[in-house]
Amino acid sequence: MPDAPAGGNGADPPVSSNGGADPGITAGRHHAFSPEGAAAALDSRRAGDGVPDRPRPRTADETGRRLAEIGSGVALTELLSGFIVELRTAGLPVSLTENLDAMAAIQHIPLDDRDAFKYALGATLVKNASHWRVFETVFEVYFSLRGREYALTDEQAQAMADLDELMGEMEGQEGEQRGGGGGGEQLTPEELAEMLFKALAQGNEAMLKALARQAVRRYAGMEPGRPVGGTYYLYRTLRNLDLDGVLDKLMQQAREQAGELTPLEERLERDEYEARIEQLRKEIEAEIRRRLVADRGVEAMARTLRKPLPEDVDFMHASREEMAALRKAIYPLTRKLAVRLARKRRHGRKGPLDFRSTVRHSLSTGGVPIEPRFRYPRPSKPEIFVVADISGSVAAFARFTLHLVYAISNQFSKVRSFVFIDGIDEVTRMFEGVEDIGEAVHRVNTEADVIWVDGHSDYGHAFEIFWQRYGKDVGPKTTLLLLGDARNNYHATQSWVVREMQHRARHVYWLNPEPRSYWDTGDSIIGEYAVHCDGVFECRNLRQLERFVDHLV
Amino acid sequence: MTDPAHRFESVPAVRDALAKVDYLADEGIAGVVYLADRLGKPVLIEGPAGTGKTQLAKSVAEISGSRLIRLQCYEGLDESKALYEWNYKKQLLRIQAERNDGATWSEVEDDIFSDEFLLTRPLLEAIRAEDPVVLLIDEVDRVEVETEALLLEILSDYQVSIPELGTVTARQVPLVFLTSNNTRELSEALKRRCLFLHVDYPDLDREREIVLAKVPGITESLADQVARIVRSIRQLELKKPPSVSETLDWARTLLLLGVEQVDAAMATGTANILLKYQSDIAKATKELEQDTALNGGAAAGAGAKPWQRNA
Repeated sequence: MPDAPAGGNGADPPVSSNGGADPGITAGRHHAFSPEGAAAALDSRRAGDGVPDRPRPRTADETGRRLAEIGSGVALTELLSGFIVELRTAGLPVSLTENLDAMAAIQHIPLDDRDAFKYALGATLVKNASHWRVFETVFEVYFSLRGREYALTDEQAQAMADLDELMGEMEGQEGEQRGGGGGGEQLTPEELAEMLFKALAQGNEAMLKALARQAVRRYAGMEPGRPVGGTYYLYRTLRNLDLDGVLDKLMQQAREQAGELTPLEERLERDEYEARIEQLRKEIEAEIRRRLVADRGVEAMARTLRKPLPEDVDFMHASREEMAALRKAIYPLTRKLAVRLARKRRHGRKGPLDFRSTVRHSLSTGGVPIEPRFRYPRPSKPEIFVVADISGSVAAFARFTLHLVYAISNQFSKVRSFVFIDGIDEVTRMFEGVEDIGEAVHRVNTEADVIWVDGHSDYGHAFEIFWQRYGKDVGPKTTLLLLGDARNNYHATQSWVVREMQHRARHVYWLNPEPRSYWDTGDSIIGEYAVHCDGVFECRNLRQLERFVDHLV
Repeated sequence: MTDPAHRFESVPAVRDALAKVDYLADEGIAGVVYLADRLGKPVLIEGPAGTGKTQLAKSVAEISGSRLIRLQCYEGLDESKALYEWNYKKQLLRIQAERNDGATWSEVEDDIFSDEFLLTRPLLEAIRAEDPVVLLIDEVDRVEVETEALLLEILSDYQVSIPELGTVTARQVPLVFLTSNNTRELSEALKRRCLFLHVDYPDLDREREIVLAKVPGITESLADQVARIVRSIRQLELKKPPSVSETLDWARTLLLLGVEQVDAAMATGTANILLKYQSDIAKATKELEQDTALNGGAAAGAGAKPWQRNA
């Protein structure tokens, strides 16, 4: 009776109740890899009167063979289309060609190999490394109940048996429980913790997997139809497992075993255990996700789990993790910006004679150089002045801005940066020769003298001072980038400064981190400055920033 | 364009073959190489520097017994250096010679725009090759967006159009690898034509295997320590985390120095091989020393490393 625990599992009934909610499933409903298939398999095992063509020990290979059979049919096409629709909804740009490529690709790989299947789809559908995570999530959700590992309930039983076996091996004396089949169920929390500890100490992956499932079953308290997010279940499970405590215990054990640990070894051991615990966490997350999908259906889950692509993350509300990803993404963008700004000036003007090219082209006139060819002039070095608001109202944006300034100053030889709140200060030197951006940002935040009266943004005053002190440095080679929300706390606008800037500088651009619909509401006076700028751009995420860069062409 | 004789049997076969030439591929890498062969599509490999992107192309050339043709990209690369060029010196000579012979205009014209005067550059060479070739277009992100367009025809149809000669079509479909360090976003058109492969730093086990395979004479325990320490260093927020090639250099250094057990002093002393920025080295050193200080206190009088010194 190895399926006894699975039978009592709360996620079971909804499997059959909402599988039909999704067109992708409908396509494969009558095949082995639908949730119903799984449930039916379970029934057949339990009652012994199931579908005759389904042998009792349903192994992974068996499933694979079935999948392969379906692979030749229409079902797979539809399944894949559904998946691609899901990807597109998540924001991934999947073109028709890529769709066709994916179809062609999966003809060539064995469908029972889940990893190969995933990589085949990944290689053809995802063309940007930063989209990979989104793809992975969609893949997990969409195929979580399909393929080798779909069999939630079935596998569960298997896992239980495995668990018993492994436990038996480890403990020896607990062998008698194995006969009962539902050994996992009878474990006390202490025993479970003990096994978890051992599995982590040994780095036993199969064991960790089984334990993750067990832990979710036991601690997450998942009930069908309960409107709570996955994070809630994750939190509940992790709280009960007390992984920090486990880590300490593991370290303690490592110390005892080795006698003494050098600090370096200590660090390495810790890294190792942390990696294993992280893996366990991922297993637990995956398990919760699988169960949620079984409960709520693919589409609903895909919707809840949908995360914005890195380029759509709002600067103002980015989480720390997202911020780190954004930082990485800025560099290619500034490089592009550099190329754009430098190249713009290359066209039209001619450089010195290109002898080689002249002779080559003279061939069309029988070797007589009628048309002289010229080299491109050396790309000129544009001068960039970045003037950024770092006041509280744009704090999150300001943090990003400083990173942007740093990245820009690495790309251009002549960048001067200024920050202001109601006073203004030049911070160019703080970015110069600094290897660590964190340090530079810290210095700007602590050392820059940007407060004049009360530390509320005063664009007018800041601009006025800027013009007094640095105005003479603005020349026809200068491009000015103004960054801020133009929320002026009802001070004087002094928009004549921007007009003067525009007269003297090559270009004046304004990047505003606020949604366009908020512009010129309340104390925002972006409109008054905008008339004197060459362009004002809403710049709330990387996509918009990129559009700005593209616009420069 | 059909190529019945595929190079590889299956994904595991690719993996095994690559392992034989000391390239340890993971599931994703082997899978994409296999698909590239089956679908006849180029592979765009992206990832941080020093993770074996170029090496993959070389290794694939080796296992498939193909010639490797390499095009190194740089800013300012143009048609005449990537595709083909007319050998104008030779053409000039020909014109001179013909003039004396009194040949007619059309004869000369036909003559100087023939195969004989064509200088093939890597892309055209790969297309015209009779033997199996692997074409490696290295660091494609270095060329300007406009130059990328040069590659499009060759990548999608495996052909090159030369106005004076016509279209040269590939005699066999070469395996094409493009590498990119992702310093800029490549154009959609280019990406659409390729399979995409992101190569990241290897995980602990794979890195250890790589060290074992690539550094002859290294002991397993040293390889294990190297891999672990490198993983540890990569977790710091560095300007440039150590790449696989730097890991290998470091492992070789340790081997040369006759080290059997890496301790903190040894690790910080040789950190300049792993890390290339002074600030990174400082950070890593600081991190390790900080550890020493912290744990020296925490370990409650347990002497720093007694048994290590004896060893």
